[in-house]
Amino acid sequence: MMNNTVDVRGLTVVRGGRTVLRDLSLGLAGGVTGLLGPSGCGKTTLMRCLVGVQRLQGGSVRVLGEEAGGPALRHRIGYVTQAASVYDDLTVAENLRFFARVLGVDPGRADTVLDQVDLADHRDRVVGRLSGGQRSRASLAVALLGSPDLLVLDEPTVGLDPVLRRDLWRLFHELADAGTAVLVSSHVMDEAERCDRLLLMREGAILADDTPDAIRQRTGSQDIETAFLRIVEEVAA
Amino acid sequence: MNPRVLLAVSARVLAQLRRDHRTLAMLLVVPCLLMSLLWWMFDGLPGGMFDRLGPALLAIFPFIIMFLVTSVTTLRERSSGTLERLLAMPMAKLDFLGGYALAFALVAAVQSALAVGLCVLVLDLDVVGPVWLLGVVAVADAVLGTALGLLVSAFARTEFQAVQFMPVVVIPQILLCGLFVPRDALPDVLGALSDVLPLSYAVDAMQELTRSSDTGAVWSDLAVVAGVALAGLALGAATLRRRTA
Repeated sequence: MMNNTVDVRGLTVVRGGRTVLRDLSLGLAGGVTGLLGPSGCGKTTLMRCLVGVQRLQGGSVRVLGEEAGGPALRHRIGYVTQAASVYDDLTVAENLRFFARVLGVDPGRADTVLDQVDLADHRDRVVGRLSGGQRSRASLAVALLGSPDLLVLDEPTVGLDPVLRRDLWRLFHELADAGTAVLVSSHVMDEAERCDRLLLMREGAILADDTPDAIRQRTGSQDIETAFLRIVEEVAA
Repeated sequence: MNPRVLLAVSARVLAQLRRDHRTLAMLLVVPCLLMSLLWWMFDGLPGGMFDRLGPALLAIFPFIIMFLVTSVTTLRERSSGTLERLLAMPMAKLDFLGGYALAFALVAAVQSALAVGLCVLVLDLDVVGPVWLLGVVAVADAVLGTALGLLVSAFARTEFQAVQFMPVVVIPQILLCGLFVPRDALPDVLGALSDVLPLSYAVDAMQELTRSSDTGAVWSDLAVVAGVALAGLALGAATLRRRTA
């Protein structure tokens, strides 16, 4: 199989009595992959499986050649949850210093990642006083500290202004060009165009898995939103 | 285990406390105020009640306070997603728990130095044994509270539930530790129960220090408290799951 970064087979996950993912299979290679679908469709659960913090009911998830969540992978995956997982009562710099020590990376990495997410001006501000967008960028900075081989980002651009959004997508592509596989989830369809590859997800299943161009062509649609609707109708028919 | 990570967790917990002036002030001042209150209550009364109750309370306060602070903080860490992020990083579970225990032990050391100092120097609490050993028992007690707080936070889904564990885990220990009825005067069943509750040993150690200069019994009580605290941390590590449903 050419997709060797992530290899998911027959994945089934039940959360709170509800089957969130049913017999899902998927391969991921490098580049920027967008995981698109309405909220509640299982994007977060799938991402939790890749990171290895989700209990599985069936199937296997292998990441970078290892069982997801294995100790050797913990150095190699960066994970940004939907809620900014940083300490609100510490400054941005204190947060980064702490996570850098946990990861065992050079404290100087903090300056690099702050520049990457454009937060250098706010380094000495307490996270709880930052705006939502700034907090989620602080959380992203933490995920970049360890120079991960796989970056899993759960809705990282929610609530950001268009300029910042564009800058972040540019950053995702820079990271991908440097060899990091980037998986970004979003429920905003217009972000789809910025991805090298798209996974369209609905009700726990992957409906389409291709480049944005190929998905539009196959469905004869102008944009991904229409393509998504046509695919949903195809599946229902 | 990795000392670098454990110390990083401790330093972070202390940095968070340093920012939270009100919590820090309450952690340090409230035990002193309560001990003063106790002293004042019995000031004009005969019977040396302050000397009888004071040592037990010096053991109980750090235990309760650290239990509460820890169970709420860890739950906050769980709900903010930082715990999940840490568990997805190269961090041993014992580094996380040990980091918390070390940080709160340091706070408890300052807290009990103040409370013990106040009791001995200002409120004239009679201590026959070495005064510093009172501080050591108080710190062991705080670590015990931290360990049990970490353990129960694994079974609480909300901060409401975590706080409700206090009456379940802490109050029976206070009732049976010898504060209200001497432990050897308890009914047999309750006496046996008292013998397996760790706070009883902490209170015994404190009371022994005010009565005798022989520290042998104190050290063996202290060993029981420390042993249960370590067992609590180990059990906490076992119940902390990297993968959740």
